[in-house]
Amino acid sequence: MIYLIRHVTTYSYAEPVLVAYHHAHLTPRGFDGQSCRRSSLRIHPAPTLLDETGSDYFGNRVAFFTLQEAHRTLTVEATSRVEVHPRALPAPGETPPWETVAAMLRAANGPTLLDAMEFTFDSPFIPCGDPALLAYAAPSFPPERPILAGLLDLMHRLYRDFTYDPAATTLATPILRVLAEKRGVCQDFAHLAIGCLRALGLAARYVSGYLLTRPPPGREKLRGSDASHAWLSAWVPGAGWIDLDPTNDCIPGKEHITTAWGRDYGDVSPLRGVVLGGGDHSLKVAVDVEAL
Amino acid sequence: MSMEPSEQGCLPGAFRLGYPLLRGRWDEMVDGDGTLRPHWEPLMGALAALPAAEMERRWAGGQRLIRENGVTYNVYGDPRGLDRPWQLDPVPMILPAREWRGIAAALAQRARLLNRILADLYGPRTLLAQGLLPPALAFAHPGYLRPLRGVTPRDGIYLHFYAVDIARAPNGQWQVMSDRCEAPSGAGYALENRVIISRILNDLMKSYAVEPLTPFFQTLRDDLAALSPRSRETPRTVLLTPGPYNETYFEHAYLARHLGFTLVEAEDLTVRDGRVFLKTLDGLQPVDVILRRTDAAFCDPVELRGDSALGVAGLVQAVRAGTVVVANMLGSGVVEGGCLAPFLPALSRHLLGEDLAMPGVPSWWCGHDADRAQVLERLDKLVIRPFLTSGGRGTLRFGEHLNSAGREDLAAAIRRRPGDFLAQARPKFSTVPVWGKGELDPRPMMLRVFLAAHDGDYAAMPGGLARIASERDGLIVSMQQGGGSKDCWVLGERQARPATASRPKAAPVRLVRGSLDLPSRVADNLFWFGRHVERTEDMARLLRAILSRLDEGADGGGADELPMAAELLRRVFRPPQKTRTIGAFALMAFDPAHADGLAATVQRVGRMASLVRDRLSADTWRAVGRLAETVDAQDDGNRLNHEDALSALNDVVLAGEALSGLAMENMTRGLSWRFVDIGRRLERAVHVVETLSGALAYKDGVAGPELDVLLEISDSTITYRSRYFSAPQFAPVLDLLLADESNPRSLAFQIVALSAHMEQLAVTRRSVFYGPEQRLAIWLSGAVRTADLLALCRPDEDGGYHNLEGFLETLRSKLWELSETLTRDYFTHAVSRSSAPAALREPQP
Repeated sequence: MIYLIRHVTTYSYAEPVLVAYHHAHLTPRGFDGQSCRRSSLRIHPAPTLLDETGSDYFGNRVAFFTLQEAHRTLTVEATSRVEVHPRALPAPGETPPWETVAAMLRAANGPTLLDAMEFTFDSPFIPCGDPALLAYAAPSFPPERPILAGLLDLMHRLYRDFTYDPAATTLATPILRVLAEKRGVCQDFAHLAIGCLRALGLAARYVSGYLLTRPPPGREKLRGSDASHAWLSAWVPGAGWIDLDPTNDCIPGKEHITTAWGRDYGDVSPLRGVVLGGGDHSLKVAVDVEAL
Repeated sequence: MSMEPSEQGCLPGAFRLGYPLLRGRWDEMVDGDGTLRPHWEPLMGALAALPAAEMERRWAGGQRLIRENGVTYNVYGDPRGLDRPWQLDPVPMILPAREWRGIAAALAQRARLLNRILADLYGPRTLLAQGLLPPALAFAHPGYLRPLRGVTPRDGIYLHFYAVDIARAPNGQWQVMSDRCEAPSGAGYALENRVIISRILNDLMKSYAVEPLTPFFQTLRDDLAALSPRSRETPRTVLLTPGPYNETYFEHAYLARHLGFTLVEAEDLTVRDGRVFLKTLDGLQPVDVILRRTDAAFCDPVELRGDSALGVAGLVQAVRAGTVVVANMLGSGVVEGGCLAPFLPALSRHLLGEDLAMPGVPSWWCGHDADRAQVLERLDKLVIRPFLTSGGRGTLRFGEHLNSAGREDLAAAIRRRPGDFLAQARPKFSTVPVWGKGELDPRPMMLRVFLAAHDGDYAAMPGGLARIASERDGLIVSMQQGGGSKDCWVLGERQARPATASRPKAAPVRLVRGSLDLPSRVADNLFWFGRHVERTEDMARLLRAILSRLDEGADGGGADELPMAAELLRRVFRPPQKTRTIGAFALMAFDPAHADGLAATVQRVGRMASLVRDRLSADTWRAVGRLAETVDAQDDGNRLNHEDALSALNDVVLAGEALSGLAMENMTRGLSWRFVDIGRRLERAVHVVETLSGALAYKDGVAGPELDVLLEISDSTITYRSRYFSAPQFAPVLDLLLADESNPRSLAFQIVALSAHMEQLAVTRRSVFYGPEQRLAIWLSGAVRTADLLALCRPDEDGGYHNLEGFLETLRSKLWELSETLTRDYFTHAVSRSSAPAALREPQP
């Protein structure tokens, strides 16, 4: 499947911004699950400095830009053409017991496991020390259960137990509150699932990207009506990283487009920045995912 | 004739001093038989010869120096914590030359090793891949800054400045207790300790060849400057501090001054075009090297912690581009925290091909299954510190202090999150003698040693910060926990030399006159420092004039002025409700809770002074301290002794004058002085206008006695009498206070001074046009010079002075405008203060 993705972010400021520093994860990365055919970044007003050739610690593509001219609005438009190659999933019953995976990761040696090991620890948005996480995860991971079966069960339960509610949380809502109140958005569900898995000693990472949506039957798809999306990926020996989307209770296949991954949202937020001046600001995001 | 061997080298008067030996510990001064170690003989001999009273006298002098120099240490979680005086013991710790050489070499090896580990963790990470280091120690450490991976610092140096705590075990062996690799503190305190001890023990120091400390700092300064990415004659090095609320802010200011670096806070720096600049009054000046005291994670809100207000947006990108060098390298803190310790012997052999020269205190990382089992077995004998979540800075828990339930809880926590904990053995630290009331008493000690990257290796500061527990059997040696400190003398191998050798040798410097390197924030603070000092003095004069008349009033004289005086007081002190009695005004003035009172203003003077401390002379700092003490002493709740208050007000006026005198005489006529003086002049100008308006507002008009008060609070009585030889009249008084350019208290005098200042500031504008602040100064000067005073002081038909009131009102608003203009054009420097840097993030639905 080939997709054309347009992601437009607009910041409007009450007062002029004098200097702005931005850091963007807006260009989809390439890996064995997809290839990014073409991408462009258009920034208005034109930045004083722009560096979009770099990649970050996790191998994601990253752009830095600085604006040194006073401005009241900032528009960043990222356009990419991505081909997704869905991968075959192993049979859940044939994956190793989850305890075996946890033990492998605990004793990790060698460069391959190192990459998975990285994602077994606390991270700024996902502290995993609270027993409540382990308690929530436990029913999905009885002794000796194959890891993928456990992962699927945890995803189903999260989907069943939690309500999608954009009004319930903000960027600052801790995952324990999400767990207690059972409401949130894709970012919260991904963080929570990752926290549960890391509490078990498993490796899980946060994936930022897009999802193809369909308009209600008989209606035209509205321009800009899509959104960026987030899910998680868990490490399964032999199969590598397997994506899980607890917001939609599905294994991402050909309709999820990956932009970047990291330990949590903080590593891969689509557009972050620090501005001097500006006063109050408002943010508008419009995303279109079009299947070609 | 032979002497008894036990007498030779015995502590002279050891039993008189009554120094007890603590069981099971090494003592630095006395060996196991109670014999004085040879390197302590000269000091103890001299101390014993010194009458106790003489020592007490000298030590009282030392403590006064500490207070007056404002040596402080902030203690978190203590309401009086901010600025607690530094704790120093007069008896130094002494290390013989040979022993020191061993320590310095061992610690230099350790620094090289840590630097190599950092280079691996931020580079190929082969140590993790080969299993020489558990990956958790990097991955889970909050100090592992991923954006810095792959960024190689200049010359491969990650660790420029390193501190290490060592302690001596009962068998005499030194052991490493912990490493400080993020932004080590203490070297400045060690230097200040030396300054004070060499002052009070000058003669005793002469009997030793004590290694001086300052060459170490000169080398550090030169080496840091040499890191500059631009090859330039005078690279700009700054010391980045998190600010005055940091526990060791005193040291930041002290070191900055000692090293000749500009002390900056994050808001003084900005990144433009991928380079770091200092925001000065002269515009943006490039910065080449940053010696940081801010934890790296807080140094850049764009790529590191987004919640940091202490960071410089874009700094990581500048480091990546190599346009600036940050020392220590961002991310160096990952080798701090202690969990590396169990792995260092093997890493030393692997990376350096050498055995580790100084052992670490035995320690176990609970993330290792075998180690954890051992730890759980002997929890009661170990110290446990949380590691992963805090980077080793969490609270220590002593197994022996826990009851069985507490120990069970701790064991459960370790089992749940084993990788989170580090266990250390707790050797009994060696003891050193501490001076107290004419006696010496043993206290456990830990020594912090400082090393700096130099010439491909590490050089140690000969000496260190010896820290002592607050009790004989104290387990914790920490300034946060109430311990004290000592100077540490490393004995040189050369001939004894005078103690003055510790004075800084004149390093060759380029001659510079005047500098525009004044950060805008500092200019702002200096301006307000000047304003608050002047306001303090004005308030004290006013209150004094009135309180002294209250006394006269009791026996008939002087009572006439009191209603007007109350009007003036109301204008200056802005009481919340209708305060009537003069006594009530005085009480309010000394009540620090009243925001417009004298005490609160003095507090502001202190706060502003602490913000610009590195710009003020030691004398100025002392004068600020004295001012605060004078006012504090009067705040005793609800009573105020009339006599005491008057005498306190006299002291305040004197202290205020001393401060302005110091500024006049001791500050070079650079920008720092200029902004203090602008503040003072502007405040005094406003005060003259306020006072005159207040006098006019008093409905019974301005006659003789009121004019007396006006002259007195403006310190112009003598001038008037010497000119007019008669009771004061309105027109000449007005002329003297408003228009007389030769009276240093007049409005005209202030405006002349302000005009000159604006003129000089405008030089930095590099524009042929008058700036707004110049135009205001010119307007004010014209208005005062051309005012028709005789017309202005002619009363209207209703007995009022409406023209004069209007004139004063205009002057007041122009003065206010001048203050605002300065703030806008010079202090905020293109960034409005109301909007601190804001972090933006796009959420994901």
